[in-house]
Amino acid sequence: MIDTPVWVQLVYLAAAVFFILALKGLSSPKHARTGNLLGAIGATVAVVVVFFYAELDNVVPILVAIVIGSIAGVLGAQRVQMTQMPQLVALFNGVGGGAAALVALLELADMTEPGHDPGTFALIATAFTIVVGSGAFSGSVVTFAKLQELMTSRPVLFPGLPVIFALGVIASVALSVMTVWTPSMLIGIVLGLLGLLVGVLLVLPVGGADVPIVISLLNAGTGLAVAASGYILQNTVLLVGGTLVGASGTFLTLLMAGAMGRSVANILFGALKGGSTLGAGETSDRPVRSGGPEDVAILLGYADKVIIVPGYGLAVAQAQHTLRELVDVLTERGTKVDYAIHPVAGRMPGHMNVLLAEAQVPYEQLKEMDDINGEFKQTDVVLVVGANDVVNPAARTTPRAPIYGMPILNADEARQVVFMKRSMRPGFAGIENELLFDPKTTLLFGDAKDSLGKLLSAVKGL
Amino acid sequence: MSEAVVWLTIFVLSVFVGIEVISKVSSTLHTPLMSGANAIHGIILLGAILVTGYAESTVQLVVGLIAVVMATVNMVGGFVVTDRMLQMFTRKKKPAKSAGTDQSGAAA
Repeated sequence: MIDTPVWVQLVYLAAAVFFILALKGLSSPKHARTGNLLGAIGATVAVVVVFFYAELDNVVPILVAIVIGSIAGVLGAQRVQMTQMPQLVALFNGVGGGAAALVALLELADMTEPGHDPGTFALIATAFTIVVGSGAFSGSVVTFAKLQELMTSRPVLFPGLPVIFALGVIASVALSVMTVWTPSMLIGIVLGLLGLLVGVLLVLPVGGADVPIVISLLNAGTGLAVAASGYILQNTVLLVGGTLVGASGTFLTLLMAGAMGRSVANILFGALKGGSTLGAGETSDRPVRSGGPEDVAILLGYADKVIIVPGYGLAVAQAQHTLRELVDVLTERGTKVDYAIHPVAGRMPGHMNVLLAEAQVPYEQLKEMDDINGEFKQTDVVLVVGANDVVNPAARTTPRAPIYGMPILNADEARQVVFMKRSMRPGFAGIENELLFDPKTTLLFGDAKDSLGKLLSAVKGL
Repeated sequence: MSEAVVWLTIFVLSVFVGIEVISKVSSTLHTPLMSGANAIHGIILLGAILVTGYAESTVQLVVGLIAVVMATVNMVGGFVVTDRMLQMFTRKKKPAKSAGTDQSGAAA
């Protein structure tokens, strides 16, 4: 490998600055799109420059591979529904982690050739990248399977899982140390396999509602793997880019866990302690009060203040537009209507904001949890559409519940609560909701889009 | 200063910058931020190109090319999907002003 010329180093420096500006932009609504664009420019320039200085072989196959990857990436990004966004992010993160692990393995192959002395730090970084990169890959694949409902979204546990997980981690550390003394391809490949195992075992016990936090954590992991590969390849832009993502991703994970009132350790390993399988698939046959669209229309049509709690079910039914129409009609009748957005509504923090923005719901009507929670007491009707866990009082009252401690929307403080649900099936977290059985609650069963349509014409007919 | 320490310095400073730049993010933007950060680590593509460009055997070449494809999916797909998400945040400013009167947009 040839040395990196100064002008290339300067281009890399510029790319690193672009990455910082990208993250900075992405954290404010005003500059987010510009920020993303800056990141894309920085990354593209850094990649293009390589072809001009590095005296590479195999340029044609590499370009073909880039074209194939670009087509796959763009198609995936454009075809995906907004509801499936978390899965796609998990998948993109997985392939990134996998790529980092493969790069490190190829570097290891180079290091193990006779006459090469890579040095202790480079060998540690290589082992780290192989384990963490392949762990991020397999963990992301399991996350994808859970979110896409290819497998159960409930925590998967089997006897001995914690022991095997611990042994996997210990073996990874031991073999990484061994790599420093006697680097070999065999150890490298075993490290990769161990990483795959640890990644799977890390995600399996995590319950569906917590999976987004895990995506964020794996994202940070991939970032650190890329940073380590930057040290191996003596490439500053990889080091800085990877570290930025690793650090900001870790911080974001903590922020999100905070929004759910949980610690990251509790999210990852809570299920292992047992007791978090409250209401495991049991459907209660206790009586509930269900009503028709006309009953609910009267409740809503003559209310002074209505709060809507949208959830993932709304987006799955593609009912955002119908909901917005209903809100418009109610507003015209003089009812004050707000949307209460829980930080983890949807399948990923901030997901609901994206979904409602897609339906062109005015930004001013979207209220964050802390701003609106005091208003439920003065609210006549709360309309819960396709949400469940975020209004489940078990988060306050039942220490055994997996969502215990998560701040919730105080829908139970309103005078009337209307749930629009498809069935009595519990939410993504798999826990029964006591609020459903409250005397002031009315249930409107049916597909959200269908029910909202009927509700809309009933309100118009008042 | 030894070379390893220079790299360590860059690493540690980057950690602080990474935390500092996103410390004030609102929960509204958590999803796009995660997705955008995800795209940035697609820069591993650069590493994948380097190792593939210096591959010494067919096996290495094939493994390297797989890494290039994977990294490109991460980088290109990540930036495109983030942009798609953010497009929706900017687009809603117009209908916000005429939300009460504009009913036709809902059917489209």
